Amino acid sequence: MKLESFAYDNATVKKFLFATVLWGLIGFLVGLILAVQMFAPYLSLWENVPILSFGRLRPLHTNAVIFAFVGNGMFAGIYYSLQRLCKTRIFNDTLSKIHFWGWQLIIVSAALTLPLGISTGKEYAELEWPIDIAIALVWVVFGWNMIGTILKRRVQHIYVAIWFYLASFVTVAVLHIVNSIELPVSIMKSYSWYAGVQDALVQWWYGHNAVAFFLTTPYLGLMYYFIPKAANRPVYSYRLSIIHFWALIFIYIWAGPHHLLYTALPDWAQTLGVVFSIMLIAPSWGGMLNGLLTLRGAWDKVRDNATLKFMVVAVTCYGMATFEGPMMSLKNVNAISHFTDWTIAHVHVGALGWNGFMTFGMLYYLIPKLYNTKLYSSKLANVHFWLGTLGILLYAVPMYFAGFTQGEMWKDFLPSGHLTYEFLETVHQIIPMYWGRAIGGSIYIVGALVMLYNMVATIKSGSFSKEENAEAAPLTIHETPAGHKEHWHRWIEKRPVQLTLLSLVVILIGGAFEMMPTFLVKSNIPTIESVKPYTPLELEGRDLYIREGCYNCHSQMVRPFRDEVARYGEYSKAGEFVYDHPFQWGSKRTGPDLAREGTGKLKRSDSWHYDHLIDPISMSTGSIMPKYGWLEENVLDASNLEGKINGMRKLGVPYPEGYETEAMADLQAQADSIANNIATELNDPGFKDLSDKEIVALIAYLQRLGTDIMVEDKQ
Amino acid sequence: MLKFIKNHMESITGIEIYPIVSFLIFFSFFVIVSIWVFKLKKSKVSEYSNIPLND
Repeated sequence: MKLESFAYDNATVKKFLFATVLWGLIGFLVGLILAVQMFAPYLSLWENVPILSFGRLRPLHTNAVIFAFVGNGMFAGIYYSLQRLCKTRIFNDTLSKIHFWGWQLIIVSAALTLPLGISTGKEYAELEWPIDIAIALVWVVFGWNMIGTILKRRVQHIYVAIWFYLASFVTVAVLHIVNSIELPVSIMKSYSWYAGVQDALVQWWYGHNAVAFFLTTPYLGLMYYFIPKAANRPVYSYRLSIIHFWALIFIYIWAGPHHLLYTALPDWAQTLGVVFSIMLIAPSWGGMLNGLLTLRGAWDKVRDNATLKFMVVAVTCYGMATFEGPMMSLKNVNAISHFTDWTIAHVHVGALGWNGFMTFGMLYYLIPKLYNTKLYSSKLANVHFWLGTLGILLYAVPMYFAGFTQGEMWKDFLPSGHLTYEFLETVHQIIPMYWGRAIGGSIYIVGALVMLYNMVATIKSGSFSKEENAEAAPLTIHETPAGHKEHWHRWIEKRPVQLTLLSLVVILIGGAFEMMPTFLVKSNIPTIESVKPYTPLELEGRDLYIREGCYNCHSQMVRPFRDEVARYGEYSKAGEFVYDHPFQWGSKRTGPDLAREGTGKLKRSDSWHYDHLIDPISMSTGSIMPKYGWLEENVLDASNLEGKINGMRKLGVPYPEGYETEAMADLQAQADSIANNIATELNDPGFKDLSDKEIVALIAYLQRLGTDIMVEDKQ
Repeated sequence: MLKFIKNHMESITGIEIYPIVSFLIFFSFFVIVSIWVFKLKKSKVSEYSNIPLND
């Protein structure tokens, strides 16, 4: 048979590789800044600098690492392996260009908007609606290019790595669209379509599965390509890889509610999440063993091969994280781990170990290959490997200690029945561990810089070939002889579109079953008569709470535990959040819970909040909360109040018809009263007029928190 | 697990069949895939798993 000549596109692969290194370094660096802020919150470098405050930078860190570092890494690996697995050039060069530049544009707009406080307030989905639309469009371009390539392949069987790519594409599309349904109220502001419990459920269905289908499945595909490639031997068990694929994508999608244990989410949904999380151990470990056992009898190669070295540790970290995850989803473990640094340790074993090391391994494989040369220095690669490994250990171990320590201290009672520790004491206890974490992170970054140097030197010594010529026989469709029935799975393997659709059905079953009941069945979210919509000023204050990213450090969810009820007050009820677009339950308590901030023993005066926001340590000695000086400088921009009230009404918040025209007067009256309170309480009649400043709105919101069901407080 | 679901969804008639159906779909699909995988010819498996090495 005559061979066909064609050329692989290496230029796109190279661009994505460069992008992953660049954004990776930026993402790590922002992470380091955040780590230092935890023990040095008042360095003049960032004190009172809005764009560098923790709440605004943390979303930038998570988004940069997930979507910029891992995203570009994933695309580089997919564009390289897909062409070779299909023995064809990528479908369309223009689509590749749109995909690459579109994705970078999205990243740049994220880097500009997040520090400005333009945020939806939903973790890992903070980007506002115009960027959400851009993400959806570029994602479709990626899928189109990928499926187009598969359709013109010269290899009959679609290798298992590609199944993982396809499932990732289709699931991320569904997750992104469903979680991003929001009502725009201005060019850069929207409200989540869902409220409270439903919003939480959708958000964590998204959050959990973004980990699954953005950070895990595409990288498992890369594992199934690059480990065999680097070791020059086929995967341990191809049969296992097929079972791994179907079991993983089916089970993963159900496990989201394990992020919401002991919250106001209905019990049945929590239990469903736990059961499926435990089941996840099986496919996850099946995949891990499949990767590691590929090297059986070839472990000597790991010693000299930088790619394999990094990938072995990556797969091991994957195994650890996927065992730990199900354990953390057990309710008794979660009771201690949730809201603490344990979660931070867990995700960084995944991000630094699994995603980071897989990406580094891929870079050590691809850069010399694309530049037709040898790696400049395997000694430096070795140095990077040990710095990286040490960095992960020094990062994770202190964070585990911090997590256990804080989780235990929160729950400790004196024999007299009082809580043993104030919240701030538990923070002080773990400050040394924050130092440890920053040191570990720095070492990891130094390792990455060593890699950068090694890569630049390698690139200088080689010459890049934009096109790589190849030859392959055209695909002949082996028709099944008449009278023989074709096997159904064989039928599927040949058809990427149908395979994608089947994966879609599989993940939709889980997603729909998880969420439908909460949407359809009213009894799941009992209505509470006394819960009323926010006043206009509180609504504006809530938007500021979201802008400043307060949810990154403060939860608004009192779990039904003795210690939490003793510390914060009555536990949270599902019906309290029905007007919360978006929900603000949070996932981490660097500071205390705020769900009952305006009630009971947590209730403070307006001037206390004023002083605390301007200079936290003046009211809470040793606090590590940033100063929010700009809130008393900035004039509250309530120009879109009418649009916001109308928007909220569209979403089902019962503001009376026509209220939007009266709202401004109500806002002003409440602002005047709070500004007066502050001046009176500070015993300073000549105190500056704060009534038109942002700080007053935020205080109004904080004072409202938790008061709805506290009837005696309201009277 | 069923009782948690049922208590909250009594308002939908015949709802208890949903989780069972979902489970059956998944379980039978899984069993069929497993059977197919283990019946795959060794030569085919080896051909497939060697795809990355043949470029």
